[in-house]
Amino acid sequence: MDQKLYVSSSPHFRSNTTTRRIMLDVIIALLPTTIASCVIFGFRALILVGVCVAGCVLMEYFARKIMKRDTTIGDLSAVVTGLLLALNLPVDINPLIALFGCLVAIVVVKQMFGGIGMNFVNPALAARIVLLVSFPSAMMRWVPAFWYQGADAVTAATPLAAEKGTFSYIDLLLGLHGGSMGEVCAAAILLGGVYLVIRKVISPIIPCVYLGTAALMSLVVGADPLYQLLSGGLLLGAIFMATDYTTSPVTNWGKVIYAVGCGVLTILLRSFSNMPEGVSFSILLMNILTPLIELLTRPRTLGFVKKGAKK
Amino acid sequence: MAKRSLWYEFTKGIIKENPVLCLVLGTCPTLAVTTSASNAIGMGIAATAVLVCSNAVISALRKVIPDKVRIPAYITIIAGFVTVVQMLVKAFSPAINDALGIYLPLIVVNCIILGRAEMYASKNPVLPSILDGIGMGVGFTAALLCMGIIRELLGSGSVFGVQLLPFKILIFILPPGGFFVFGILIMIANALNGKKGKKAAASPCEGCPMANSCADKHCEEGVKNAD
Repeated sequence: MDQKLYVSSSPHFRSNTTTRRIMLDVIIALLPTTIASCVIFGFRALILVGVCVAGCVLMEYFARKIMKRDTTIGDLSAVVTGLLLALNLPVDINPLIALFGCLVAIVVVKQMFGGIGMNFVNPALAARIVLLVSFPSAMMRWVPAFWYQGADAVTAATPLAAEKGTFSYIDLLLGLHGGSMGEVCAAAILLGGVYLVIRKVISPIIPCVYLGTAALMSLVVGADPLYQLLSGGLLLGAIFMATDYTTSPVTNWGKVIYAVGCGVLTILLRSFSNMPEGVSFSILLMNILTPLIELLTRPRTLGFVKKGAKK
Repeated sequence: MAKRSLWYEFTKGIIKENPVLCLVLGTCPTLAVTTSASNAIGMGIAATAVLVCSNAVISALRKVIPDKVRIPAYITIIAGFVTVVQMLVKAFSPAINDALGIYLPLIVVNCIILGRAEMYASKNPVLPSILDGIGMGVGFTAALLCMGIIRELLGSGSVFGVQLLPFKILIFILPPGGFFVFGILIMIANALNGKKGKKAAASPCEGCPMANSCADKHCEEGVKNAD
C-alpha cells in the first residue's frame, strides 16, 4: 500500500497519540468489565475471551499475509475487537461459533474493506449480529450469574425479558443476572467509560446523548428509564461500541445526531420489535448512516460568505 | 465486428461473458432462488429454455420487426415462451413451481433474456443466436448452481437435500448471505478472467482545497480531469 503522506500547508500539529496507545487505553478500560464477567460467569468466560482475542489476532495476521499487505497486529486493534466480541457473547457458547464470529469481524468486515480505519460498521457488532442471525438458539441461551457454583447449568431470562420486579437496581449495577458476558456488570462498564473520558480517548458526547435519549424515549413509551439504562447491552454499546472512531461522525453536531438516532432506535426496537434487545441493531444502522450525517454536518469553509441568515 | 467461430459464440457465455458474474444481469432471480441447489437448477433450466427459444424466434424475425416497437415485440415473444415453460413446470414438477413462486413468471422481464435479444439475436442469424442462447443459459445455470450449492451447504448443511454437514449457519439462507456469496463468486470470476478491478476514475484529491498547489501527481491529474 502507498504510505505517502498528503501534506497540507502549515501550521502543523503534532501529538504523541498513536493507534497503539488508544487501543491500549480501550483494553485497560475494558479490564474491569472482563474481570467482572470472569467473576460472575467463572473460568469459562476467561477461556472465551482468550479464544476470541487469539482468533482475531491470528486471523488479522493471516488475512494481511494472504492479501500481501504489511502486518498490523501491533496496533492492538484486533485485540480490542476480539475482547469486545467476547463480551458480546453468552458465556456457554461453543468456542467454534465464537471463532466464526472472529472470522466475520476481522476478515469480512475489517480486512476485506481495507483494514483498520476502513471498516464500514463496527466489526465486533457486525459479528455479533451475524452470529445472532445464524445461530439464534445458541446466541440466546443465557445462564444466570454464578451458575458454576450449582450442579447443573440452567438457563435464565435476561433483565429485559424477565418479569418486572425480578431484578433490583443493585442487581443490575453489580451484574447479578444473566446476559452477554460484558453487559451484565453496569458498574464496571461505567468505570471503564470514565477512564476513557479522562484519558480523552472518547468524547463524552456520544455516550451521554445516547443514554439521555434512551432515558427520554423510555419515558415516552412508558418504561422505567433507569431499568432500561442499566439492563441489556445499552451501557456497553453506548460507551465502547458507538464511540468507534471509524464508524461515528467527526463533528460534534454529527455526534449528537448519531447518538440521538441510536437512542431512539434502541428503545423503539426494545419496545416494539419481537427481539428483547435492540442496541446492536441500532448502532449498526447508525454506523451505516454515518457518511450521510457527516455530509449534513460538514462545517463551512473559512473565508466564504454565509448564505442567508445565521442558523 | 470480425466474424467469430460458432464455438466462441457458445463458450463466451460460460466464463468470459458470464451473464450473472461478469455482466451482472439477472441478479434478482440469482439472489432470490438460490437458497437451495435444486431451486437453482430449476430456475436455470427454465430461463435457458426461454432464452434459446426467444433468441431463435427474434433472430428469425429480426428483419420483420419494426425498429420503433422492437422492445414490445421482444417482450411478447418472450412472454409467450415463459407461459409455455410455466405450464410445463406446473404439470411436470409442481414442487419446483411452488419453490420458484413469482420468479418463474418474472422470467419475462429477466434482463439476461431481453439483453441477449437486444444485443445479439436482433443482429445475428438464427444458428449463432441459438448457440449464444445455449451458452448464456449454461453460464446462468452454472452460476446459479454454484451459489445454490454453497448457500445450501453452509445454510442448511445439505446439498440437493442430502445432509452433509452437522451444523447450519442460517445467515447463508437469508438475503445477506446471498449477497455475500454473490460478491465472492464475482471476485472469483474476475480472477479467472485475469481482469483486475478498474480503479475509480475520481481522483483522491477531488474536493481538496490544496489540489491546485499540491505537488503530488494525483492532484495534478485530478485538476486536469476537473478542467
